[in-house]
Amino acid sequence: MTATEAPRKGVLGQRLVRREDPELLTGEARFVADLKVSGTLHLALVRSPMAHARLASVDVSPALEVPGVVAAYSGADLEGEWAGPLPCAWPVTDDMRQPAHLPLAAREVCYVGDAVAVVVAESEYAARDGAEAVLVDYDPLPVVVDLEEAAADRALAHEELGTNTSYVWELKPDEAAVEAAFASAAHVVSGRYVQQRLIPSAMEPRGVLVVPQPFGGEFTVYSATQIPHILKVMLAVTTGISETSLRVIAPSVGGGFGSKLNVYAEEVLALTLARMLKRPVRWIETRSEATQATIQGRGQIQEIELAADERGRIQAVRVRLLADMGAYLQLVTPGVPLLGAFLYSGVYDVPAYSLSCRSVFTNLTPTDAYRGAGRPEATYAIERAVDLLARRVGVDPAEIRRRNYIRPEQFPYSSVAGLVYDSGAYEAALDKALQLAGYEELRAEQARRREAGERHQLGIGVSSYMEMCGLAPSRVLASLNYSAGGWEAATVRILPTGKVQVVTGTAPHGQGHETSWSMIAADRLGISPDDVEVLHSDTAIAPYGLDTYGSRSLSVGGVAVAIATDRVIDKARQIAAHQLEIAPEDLDYGGGEFRAKGSPERSMALGAVAFEAFTAHDLPEGLEPNLEASSHFDPPNFTFPFGTHVCVVEIDTETGGVGLASYVAVDDCGNQVNPLIVEGQVHGGITQGIAQALFEKASYDDQGNLLTSTFMDYLVPAASELPSFVTGSTVTPSPTNVLGVKGVGEAGTIGSAPAVINAVVDALSTYGVEDIEMPATPERVWRAIEQGRRP
Amino acid sequence: MRVSLTVNGKDRADEVEPRLLLVHYLRDVLGLTGTNIGCDTSSCGACTVLVDGESVKSCTMLAVQAEGTEVSTIEGLASDGVLHPLQEAFREHHGLQCGYCTPGMVMAASSLLAEHPHPSEAEVRVGLEGNLCRCTGYHNIVKAVLSAVAP
Repeated sequence: MTATEAPRKGVLGQRLVRREDPELLTGEARFVADLKVSGTLHLALVRSPMAHARLASVDVSPALEVPGVVAAYSGADLEGEWAGPLPCAWPVTDDMRQPAHLPLAAREVCYVGDAVAVVVAESEYAARDGAEAVLVDYDPLPVVVDLEEAAADRALAHEELGTNTSYVWELKPDEAAVEAAFASAAHVVSGRYVQQRLIPSAMEPRGVLVVPQPFGGEFTVYSATQIPHILKVMLAVTTGISETSLRVIAPSVGGGFGSKLNVYAEEVLALTLARMLKRPVRWIETRSEATQATIQGRGQIQEIELAADERGRIQAVRVRLLADMGAYLQLVTPGVPLLGAFLYSGVYDVPAYSLSCRSVFTNLTPTDAYRGAGRPEATYAIERAVDLLARRVGVDPAEIRRRNYIRPEQFPYSSVAGLVYDSGAYEAALDKALQLAGYEELRAEQARRREAGERHQLGIGVSSYMEMCGLAPSRVLASLNYSAGGWEAATVRILPTGKVQVVTGTAPHGQGHETSWSMIAADRLGISPDDVEVLHSDTAIAPYGLDTYGSRSLSVGGVAVAIATDRVIDKARQIAAHQLEIAPEDLDYGGGEFRAKGSPERSMALGAVAFEAFTAHDLPEGLEPNLEASSHFDPPNFTFPFGTHVCVVEIDTETGGVGLASYVAVDDCGNQVNPLIVEGQVHGGITQGIAQALFEKASYDDQGNLLTSTFMDYLVPAASELPSFVTGSTVTPSPTNVLGVKGVGEAGTIGSAPAVINAVVDALSTYGVEDIEMPATPERVWRAIEQGRRP
Repeated sequence: MRVSLTVNGKDRADEVEPRLLLVHYLRDVLGLTGTNIGCDTSSCGACTVLVDGESVKSCTMLAVQAEGTEVSTIEGLASDGVLHPLQEAFREHHGLQCGYCTPGMVMAASSLLAEHPHPSEAEVRVGLEGNLCRCTGYHNIVKAVLSAVAP
């Protein structure tokens, strides 16, 4: 080994193909619906077709006549089974109002899709037949759908609360400064933006399988969840089953995007029925159920005002939010607006800030975290408003941003909203994005088409974003009234054969953690990632963890892996030093081997050290056997990825059709572990933002019926609606963790929706259009053009 | 009712309910769970298989309608422990993340390439529009399919 003294090329930063792929590509992977346990009973739920009604009667007896049906229960039948309501872990204010939320409604339904009865049968088909047979009488109650009507309390989503307002939350560090800035502003711009409700649409619907061991008293819960660890705790609390009798496993999980960051009625129900019936119980969601009974995202009306000086430098940002909670508070429903509340000043150096948020109930599906959760909303508002400011001041959208960016030398930057941004180089990302897009040429082409009065007009949209992710420093969460911490756990073991086992508390569902975590450990150990296994998503194997959401996995969980790996190396060093009869500090470590400084022929391979640690025949006095170390990493700060996206649209001014001509994204997520995976995250994120901007909206009628309850009506974009993307990156490491990483799961979604709408509005600016509501459908675009054409 | 067909080269004959969907026959009767179910309106394509070489959404067809046909599923694509070139291309180009749409996407792509051995990017995008993916934004899927085109 002494021949290779040259510095080893690190594993980090390489585009390794994923180890997760072969089983997924061959159909070998097991999602919840693929798990077969003999004797399993199947559940089907009876869901309310009314958005708000009293349950006059629920008669499940006809279901019992259906062949194959084993049992059927109404909400009232099971009311005594619950030890607690479905949990909300984020009571953002002490006086927050919260309706009781049981897995099955017993007296009143509050949205279309609220479950009122459950049928248990020997097969899935029989369960559905049984559910069709259940007879329910509903006495309709007034329905509240519109967010502003809800805020006015014209009808109540929950009569017993006396109001639709759940809470009012304010962030007003210096109101006088804000007022003074607006009083003396050369330019004031304001925008009102509607963040339509979105249906998360992970391709795998939810599902749960509970396998009881009636005599052992234990339950294994397989769930399509992002949060096996949190789910285990919450199942114990809601069912009264001891946490020591619960094991939760998230097998292969087919996407989440926040929608599986929750504790759902069906999980609690399946566990409860498995306990009652002493048989395995399984529930697999249909897509039509998923659109109604899985949480939705967004749902806000935003009012934003900017005060700026003569040159367009922003002096104050004032924001009023109205947030739609839906019918109930799910796991983190009330906290979603808060995740954006600190970011309405965006990437800009803003001295004065004021935000207030009123969150209200409606008779619609509950909202909760969906990709970006609060941060896409915030970024959209400020990036739309900044474009408006550019127009008022009469400068290019890129120029207005340059005038306002926080400059590199200002980092770490204390924001007016109270955050400390770790690092950033915003203008460098803008420059790179403009260059990749060919910005000057695009503007020239735009001018040419305008001049020529061509039918297809170009629009160029720029959006600069940053986000706070790496959720989260536990003390900060405490200050926001969140009920849990934000740390992450990892254990690293060197096995007796020298192979390495990493156990992580993160719960991947498409992000490739097995590949990336193996790279992190391998890089530090100087070995091949192929020699590292990564175990996760099973509470019996990884007892500690806070799971995967909020772009936290790498910058908290991956960092925990790095720290635990370093601790293992430290312990191995003591053993190697003892074996080589040398002081630990006189050993170098690299390439999987300890070597004496100055005499590298005195060496010991990590595998040999591991075997010594395992046999424990000759360890240093007082040192325990085995090579294992853990880390429970609580991040000192959030991380703040950033970037600039440039979207080019081509608008058919005759039809209002919006075509995506090109899309450039330059993202900075700090150091990259695996650029292949980073790019994939960005592509998918961009697409979800484009989808919000152009295609998707959960539409309801005035009685709270979902009009987009299938993929026939809800337009998840297909390959044919999208261009290829041009991605680039800059690298500004985070100084707050040993890997210098920031997180990338949500970035694409945060940057893209405003870039697209800025492009659409830019194209339509010659018609006097200053805003267009999302999704910018051909009809909306066409109407805006027609209005502009009128004299 | 009785249904006889060939699945991944093997002859099968089973007694099934007339209403049983082909996808449920494959998954629940034959245990071929690689074919996934992502919707209930034949929109998402997660359940795409080949029936006599044509890509079909197996949730939109009854098992008994497959009488006498040759059905290919994702489980039949790799052989002797070696990934099919299309599977290899998806891996090489990171054309999958959560992997739930992947079996259907790969089957649809294999049908596309059988019909159009040298598609343009636009043809790949249109050819795959019946298969939804929520993770990748399709960028790397398209790249993978184009790279798997025979020289």
